[in-house]
Amino acid sequence: MIRQVLSLVPELSIITWAPFVGALLIMFTARHRPRAVRWIAAVTTGISAALSIRIYATYDQDVAGFQFYEKIPLVPPLGISYEVGADGISLLMVLLTSIIIVAGVFASWTVQVRSQEFYALLLALVTGVYGVFVSLDLFVLFLFYELAVLPMYLLIGIWGSSGEVRPRGIFAWAFRETGVGTKEYAAMKLTLYLLFGSAFILVGILALYVNAGAASFSFLDFEATAFPRALQRWVFLAFYVGFGILAGIWPLHTWSPDGHASAPTAVSMLHAGVLMKLGAYGVVRMGMGLLPEGAADLAWLVGTVACVNIVYGALSSMAQTDLKYVIAYSSVSHMGIVMLGAATLTGPGLNGSVFQMFAHGVMTGLFFALVGLVYEKAHSRDIGKMGGFGKTMPGIATAFTVGGLSSLGLPATAGFVAELLTFLGAWRSVHRWWLFPAVAGTFLTAVYVLRVAKQIFWGPPSSQFHDLEDARGPEWVALVVLVFVLVLFGMVPGLAIAPVDTATVPLLARIVSP
Amino acid sequence: MIGLPAYLVLGAFVFSIGLFGVLTRRNAVGILLGIELMLNAVNINFVAFARFNGDLTGLVFTLFTIAITVAEVAVGLAIVIAIFRVRRTVEADRLDLLRG
Amino acid sequence: MLSPVWLPLFVLGMPFVAFVLLAVVAPLRRAGSRAALVSIGAMLLAFAAALAVWRGAFVAETTWAWIPADGGPIATVGLLVDPLSNAMLVLVTLVSLLVQIYSLAYLGDERPASLGRYYTYQSLFAFSMLGLVLAPGFLQMFVFWELVGLCSYLLIGYWYERPAAARAAVKAFWITKLGDIGFIIGIVLLWSATGTFEFTELFDKAQEHALAIKGLPTIMFLIYLGAVGKSAQFPLHVWLPDAMEGPTPVSALIHAATMVTAGVFMVTRTEPLFAMVPEVLTLIAWVGAFTALLAATMACVEDDIKRVLAYSTISQLGYMMAAAGAGAAYAGFLHLLTHGLFKALLFLAAGAVIHAVGTNDIFRMGGLFRAMPQTGVVFLVGTLALAGVPPLAGFFSKEAVLGGVWEAHFTGPFLMLAATALLTAFYMFRVVFIAFFGRAHAGGHPHEAPWLMRGPLWLLAALTVLVGIRLGGAEGHDATPAWLVPLSIGLAFAGFALAWAMYQRGAIDPARVATVLGPLDYLARRRYGIDALYAGLYRGLILGFSRLIGWIDRYIVDGVLNVLSALTLRGGQALRGIQSGRAQDYVYGVAFGMLLLIVWAQLWR
Repeated sequence: MIRQVLSLVPELSIITWAPFVGALLIMFTARHRPRAVRWIAAVTTGISAALSIRIYATYDQDVAGFQFYEKIPLVPPLGISYEVGADGISLLMVLLTSIIIVAGVFASWTVQVRSQEFYALLLALVTGVYGVFVSLDLFVLFLFYELAVLPMYLLIGIWGSSGEVRPRGIFAWAFRETGVGTKEYAAMKLTLYLLFGSAFILVGILALYVNAGAASFSFLDFEATAFPRALQRWVFLAFYVGFGILAGIWPLHTWSPDGHASAPTAVSMLHAGVLMKLGAYGVVRMGMGLLPEGAADLAWLVGTVACVNIVYGALSSMAQTDLKYVIAYSSVSHMGIVMLGAATLTGPGLNGSVFQMFAHGVMTGLFFALVGLVYEKAHSRDIGKMGGFGKTMPGIATAFTVGGLSSLGLPATAGFVAELLTFLGAWRSVHRWWLFPAVAGTFLTAVYVLRVAKQIFWGPPSSQFHDLEDARGPEWVALVVLVFVLVLFGMVPGLAIAPVDTATVPLLARIVSP
Repeated sequence: MIGLPAYLVLGAFVFSIGLFGVLTRRNAVGILLGIELMLNAVNINFVAFARFNGDLTGLVFTLFTIAITVAEVAVGLAIVIAIFRVRRTVEADRLDLLRG
Repeated sequence: MLSPVWLPLFVLGMPFVAFVLLAVVAPLRRAGSRAALVSIGAMLLAFAAALAVWRGAFVAETTWAWIPADGGPIATVGLLVDPLSNAMLVLVTLVSLLVQIYSLAYLGDERPASLGRYYTYQSLFAFSMLGLVLAPGFLQMFVFWELVGLCSYLLIGYWYERPAAARAAVKAFWITKLGDIGFIIGIVLLWSATGTFEFTELFDKAQEHALAIKGLPTIMFLIYLGAVGKSAQFPLHVWLPDAMEGPTPVSALIHAATMVTAGVFMVTRTEPLFAMVPEVLTLIAWVGAFTALLAATMACVEDDIKRVLAYSTISQLGYMMAAAGAGAAYAGFLHLLTHGLFKALLFLAAGAVIHAVGTNDIFRMGGLFRAMPQTGVVFLVGTLALAGVPPLAGFFSKEAVLGGVWEAHFTGPFLMLAATALLTAFYMFRVVFIAFFGRAHAGGHPHEAPWLMRGPLWLLAALTVLVGIRLGGAEGHDATPAWLVPLSIGLAFAGFALAWAMYQRGAIDPARVATVLGPLDYLARRRYGIDALYAGLYRGLILGFSRLIGWIDRYIVDGVLNVLSALTLRGGQALRGIQSGRAQDYVYGVAFGMLLLIVWAQLWR
């Protein structure tokens, strides 16, 4: 039973648009006042965060369907309206976004160059992200999606950092011609790749729109329509490819390591932490939610590719010498767990998938914040040169270790619950063998995470760095918040799983196994 | 008697010569001459059809064309002179400011 | 009649509170000795409560939902209180308390902030271990299993600035993780087949013969793999000797008395399930016995006193597992308890020696009995207990193990265990003679340890003797063959005699024995190449493969993408030629296009 009670206070709209208002305020009133810029950003994201916690707490867990519903018709002849609502899954994602953006705002406190444009773009981006999670009209969802992607080009291209990649192999000529390694390259690659994916999504949306009678773009109406099986299959494939690019499925993931490595800290936090989850969310919400038979038919593809992601990402991560690349490939690997959980088409699996979206979002936000701090203090991302940082920056080292432990699935951290549920789901699914790559991935993650932690923090001091210091002032905020969330949800997973379950049970009930 | 096809063929020939001139002449004034030829070929066609169909419309069109041709030549030559003043050349090959 | 659960909860809660306090309140932690007091105080209270629980023979079970799901919680947490867990509660809290007190003196030279860190970890470990023994189901056990593994990693790597320590910590984590992978797969499979993680439910199902699921042997084998890793059975034993890089009190607590026994505890706790898969039990017995023998041989050629004790621990863990495999879980558990006492004693005594002498190498010690008589006495008590000399505790538990293995008609394991008994006495007395007797080479001025260290030593020694006497006084174990007692005493004496002849008397030259046993000596000194094998697999296979994948991803997968990009750029460059900027070329284009259109229109008629 879908409840569509109009909420009295448009909480979801406030959450979505507050950062955008902040962006406008910054551009029009605080152009040359850096402190005002930061405070406006902090306050507006704080408002979103506070509201998202409030709606999370007031969510009714006994009723399925979308709550906090709002609808404003925009273009009635075409069936486009501004329609928002949240169920358990979107709620958790909104909460995640709030946590990460607040942490990100504090982690970027020291951006010097053109900080007003930076914050303005960041806030606009966040609006797009919130919008995708709460949108129930597919056309508007697509608009928000584009809003979430386009500012990335400027953010990475202007405020990013360049690295060096030596061209090798049979395609070396291409590397030279395209300028691999620079931040402009990374910005272009990320943006173009994601827009390429969005083309597939648009095709899928339009196909469904036309097939359903070209009357409405509303998710709720599509949900009630039974699409023909053949259509479902190829539209699911389009959604899978389109959203999957954003989620980092192999082999369409290579935008991610370069993009995350070149991006500034808050942007990496947001992108790896939230935007990649947006991709997975799209597959679950639109792929599985609207096309149950298509999803059931193609789950084998999603799961198998996810297994490749897990193992391949972990192995790649092990081989990297640049700290940011290690984290970026780690994200690719963990997104594999997210997709695997969804592909199992089981209760525990899907719950695990959504929980992993949340857990990994926080984890990777923490990692990128830490890496940003290390880079700021040591001015290097080369692991080979680092060593013994645990002595001079114990706070950062401990936070990194906690994040790393969550990443390898240590109990008492959120990562464990996510992985356990995924394992349970995998063995219960049609393709039981998926359990083994997933578990192997856990082991490989333990190998590379502890290895990197040992190399950087817990070892003999390196001779190349002197006078390093630990995190200071506002930098602590991000670290403490994220570590706290990781441990909290690891010890009381019910906080997340209870609302998510309300959403995943009806979703799975519609999917018919082949 | 010389029939209609002969005039049409003459017109076609003159048009081709004019087109060839436009496409290949280096001197901008030469290109303008080529354009003149093409326009006059059109005139021949119009007059021929007017003569052989007994229809005055062709002749009227011809008068229009001549007038417009004169105007176009005046403007064209003015542009060529202006270009010469700036670029000191009227060679078509050298006038590629809009190059991509 | 179920007992109130708040007292066991208190036992569990005290170290948790200490940990949270120390972890969160940084100034308290950085104050070093104040942190130690918090931790020790909590442990004292926990120990007192554990004693009360044990004496009161509490029995209780309670669970709370942990991971919710649609049809009822998937996983629960809670407490399962029974004699088995109560005994462990006492052991864990007692040894933790003694070790923490001991550490105050042993690590007295550490910076206060580091000391605070140490006690934070100690509290976390105590909490984790207690949570493990009180676990009412496989999942909670696994959760705390991993947490004790974490503490082991943190404490082995306490002196992380030493590369060897950092490496050892990581190695311990990885090797035990290999076992844990089997464990988690096993419990996932078990849950999938039965729908529950809880022990009591599983045991009830086993009793009602409702547990006849296909693949139960495989499942129990996978679960056993966890014990292989944690309890250092062959071939996952390699992490334990390296773990000696950590401070000695840590070795005493974690790598002798408590964490490593978790595997044995698990097998004992889930004995009704293992009883259903005799094939797996046979394997457990054989692997246990083999581990015991293998480790004993390696102990005979070790010069590092802590490493000897480490191999000895591996060997004794093998004893415990062999007993469990033979269906004599009670004997194995008894050995776990007694071994916990005297092995902790031995480690702490060795720590006192190391603290005084400044080296671990027994050949750099000598004649220490004169310089540190009290330490010598307690070390001797521990040695006698380990060698299995009555009336000390070790004798009774070892005899029970041997008896159990014999009763189950496992002749091969029995022989291996018997040979191990001989070797055990041998290598322990070898250490005693070399380090405590003979000429003194030790540099520095070896002195008796401070009272904070000696106190726990005497207490443990006293307990070893008292427990032994209690066990002797208890009713005799039925049906052990009469010749077992003289056999085990005889083996112990033979080992002692051999060590005496070789190292005290000089009657047999150790070097000649080494040449006679040439190949065995060679292999034992190199740990039978197993460590090298793992190192090779790690570097060659895992790291090598990862480098390959990294290369492929950057240069092939991404390379294809960059090729597409480069081709597009090149295509763009090529097409630029059309825009020559020359009006004539454009007219050309128009003319050509018109021609094509006319031709096409004609063709299309």
